[in-house]
Amino acid sequence: MQDPMTPRRFRIARTLRETKDIFTWELRAEDGGEFAFSPGQYNMVYIYGIGEVPVSISGDAADRRKLLHTTRAVGAVTEAMRALKKGDMAGVRGPFGSVWPLDKLEGKDIVLVAGGVGLPPLRPAVYHILRNRAKYGRCTLLCGARTPQDIAFAQELERWRGRLDFDVHVTVDSAGPDWRGNVGVVTTLVSRAVFTPEKTAALVCGPEIMMRFAAAELANRGVREDSMYITLERNMKCGIGLCGHCQLGPVFICKDGPVFNYGMIKQWFLKREI
Amino acid sequence: MNGESSGYSALTPAQFGALVAALRQAGYAVAGPRVADGEFVFGDVSSSAGLAAGYADEQKPGRYLLSKSAKSAALFGVVNGQHSWKKYLFSQQETLWRARGSSGGFSVEQEPCRPAKSAFLGVRPCDIAAIRVQDAVFTGGACADTYYKTRRENALIIAANCTRASGNCFCDSMGSGPRARAGFDLAFTEVAENGAHYFVFEAATAAGKQLLSKCGAPAASAAQTRKADALIESARAAMTKKLDAKNIKALLYRNYENPRWEQTAKRCLACANCTMVCPTCFCSTMEDQTSLDGAQASRARRADSCFTLDFSWIHGGGSVRPAASSRYRQWMTHKLATWHDQFGTSGCVGCGRCITWCPVGIDITEEAAAIAEAEAD
Ligand SMILES: Cc1cc2nc3c(=O)[nH]c(=O)nc-3n(C[C@H](O)[C@H](O)[C@H](O)COP(=O)(O)OP(=O)(O)OC[C@H]3O[C@@H](n4cnc5c(N)ncnc54)[C@H](O)[C@@H]3O)c2cc1C
Ligand code: SF4
Ligand code: SF4
Ligand code: FES
Repeated sequence: MQDPMTPRRFRIARTLRETKDIFTWELRAEDGGEFAFSPGQYNMVYIYGIGEVPVSISGDAADRRKLLHTTRAVGAVTEAMRALKKGDMAGVRGPFGSVWPLDKLEGKDIVLVAGGVGLPPLRPAVYHILRNRAKYGRCTLLCGARTPQDIAFAQELERWRGRLDFDVHVTVDSAGPDWRGNVGVVTTLVSRAVFTPEKTAALVCGPEIMMRFAAAELANRGVREDSMYITLERNMKCGIGLCGHCQLGPVFICKDGPVFNYGMIKQWFLKREI
Repeated sequence: MNGESSGYSALTPAQFGALVAALRQAGYAVAGPRVADGEFVFGDVSSSAGLAAGYADEQKPGRYLLSKSAKSAALFGVVNGQHSWKKYLFSQQETLWRARGSSGGFSVEQEPCRPAKSAFLGVRPCDIAAIRVQDAVFTGGACADTYYKTRRENALIIAANCTRASGNCFCDSMGSGPRARAGFDLAFTEVAENGAHYFVFEAATAAGKQLLSKCGAPAASAAQTRKADALIESARAAMTKKLDAKNIKALLYRNYENPRWEQTAKRCLACANCTMVCPTCFCSTMEDQTSLDGAQASRARRADSCFTLDFSWIHGGGSVRPAASSRYRQWMTHKLATWHDQFGTSGCVGCGRCITWCPVGIDITEEAAAIAEAEAD
């Protein structure tokens, strides 16, 4: 068995430029094997000679031959990732972490709220819901980006929007005159979504401040805090609860998270500098 | 054990020397307390003559004084020093894997971990408790740490019960000493007084029993075990520092906001000494290295500390704990409160090292009391 500290080799089969700084990789295991994961999980992605960072899995869990990561280039490792091309190799440790509890949420209305690069970690949940559409009630995706040019998965969002059984609302913080969509932060979309609060679960992923406001808006509309799930980010070095970096009070984000029940994690999430 | 009901053996210093020799003969690398360059350290022990005979320590907040007395024959007179056994089990720097780059990509090979059989000689009860705490951290979860686990499985533990307490010890409060109750192969109490010098031994495992049988020691007399017990009790009685272990978790969980954090942060240098000397602190970072020609890369794990700003650095947000008070709060709350929820045990065993090796003498027991007091106000 592979030691969880040692990377497994994957090769880039395809790269996709989503926006000017967000890109998607489709990876295949060099050993020819499959990659099984559940929506919400992440990998530690290693770039030879550069370093390793946590990145959520953005693909479809039903397709075990491909591993997808969608990353925003922001610093040393993620910039190096962006520079890699089809045929290049990357190391992967994972999958690690907790999952969106999609089985538990069957029968409920689902509201997914994504801010910026928060959409990729939610995409596997969307795939799961759409594949098992009859098992869920009303489903809505609320999606925010800085500008129209920063919207990741734009074509896919269009496709999803075309479905009658999936409500998709997109907004941007600011836009030029040719943008005909919504302008405003993503939390303002919460009031637009149609759902029955007492049987609604929310999956929220984005910057911490956005998740705080989203949770408040959802609570305003009557969604219970223990029916909300958020993902958290912290510095991570190991991914398996051994390096100590990702602690938030009593939890390790790497193994107890990154997906947390909001009602449970709220008391830690809302504390300053913890 | 030799059919004796007490189960204790009494070893003379010569028989103790024979035990060390038997360990080495059985293929163990023996590590134990030594004095090197004026410092009390754990190091290789080739014979009992290499131990810290005649030395004793004096500890106060921010102070450590090692002295040698010609009158004392004790081999284990020093309570502890800045080293802990974690240096053997959780290496402060170790390579995890190596990679080779080529035009077609790279290959990765896990660094083999084949530790020698080792014997830790003279492990204090609090340090045994600390090893058990690290066992829970590194091997108790879903993903065990291969490197720690392999070393641990190859370590034999010979406990030294405490007959002296340092000025900073509070193991009695933490329930970890001054007598070792479990977690050892062999345990002894050294008696070196009024010209008498012997070691009262007990064996807890088959390996321990077998070793003990090799040094030809007779059963301890009732007087000898009584004396050993009395010395342990005197160490307990001599402990001046106390911590309310029963209530500390709830206290700290209630006091994330307490003026004391700010006050202590004004003294704290965020030097990370406390985490480096603490026998339970386990945090590490990863360091990737690449050869100049790019043909080889490797990853090493290096001990890290929650007192650094880098520790919690994230892109776009900087350090999660920019204020020194937040980092100090993380340290103390982790040791005494959140650790319980993470690993089902306290992260502090009361060894006193963090108090001694803090350059400004911040005292975890005093801080705990001050927080309780500030809350009561
Ligand atoms: C569970 C999890 C899932 C993530 N999923 C995604 C994703 O799907 N897409 C995406 O674009 N980004 C994701 N991130 C954020 C991503 O890990 C950071 O953007 C990345 O670590 C930045 O590294 P860098 O070297 O490019 O940046 P630099 O600023 O150069 O960072 C230097 C080092 O700091 C550490 N670091 C910096 N930022 C973070 C961070 N946010 N989290 C953890 N460590 C950090 C890393 O060790 C990194 O090597 C995720 C983070 C976590 C914790
Ligand atoms: S916190 Fe201090 S007293 Fe407690 S185990 Fe660590 S070094 Fe020893
Ligand atoms: S006190 Fe700090 S360095 Fe020690 S284990 Fe906890 S987080 Fe890690
Ligand atoms: S990333 Fe190492 S403990 Fe969580």
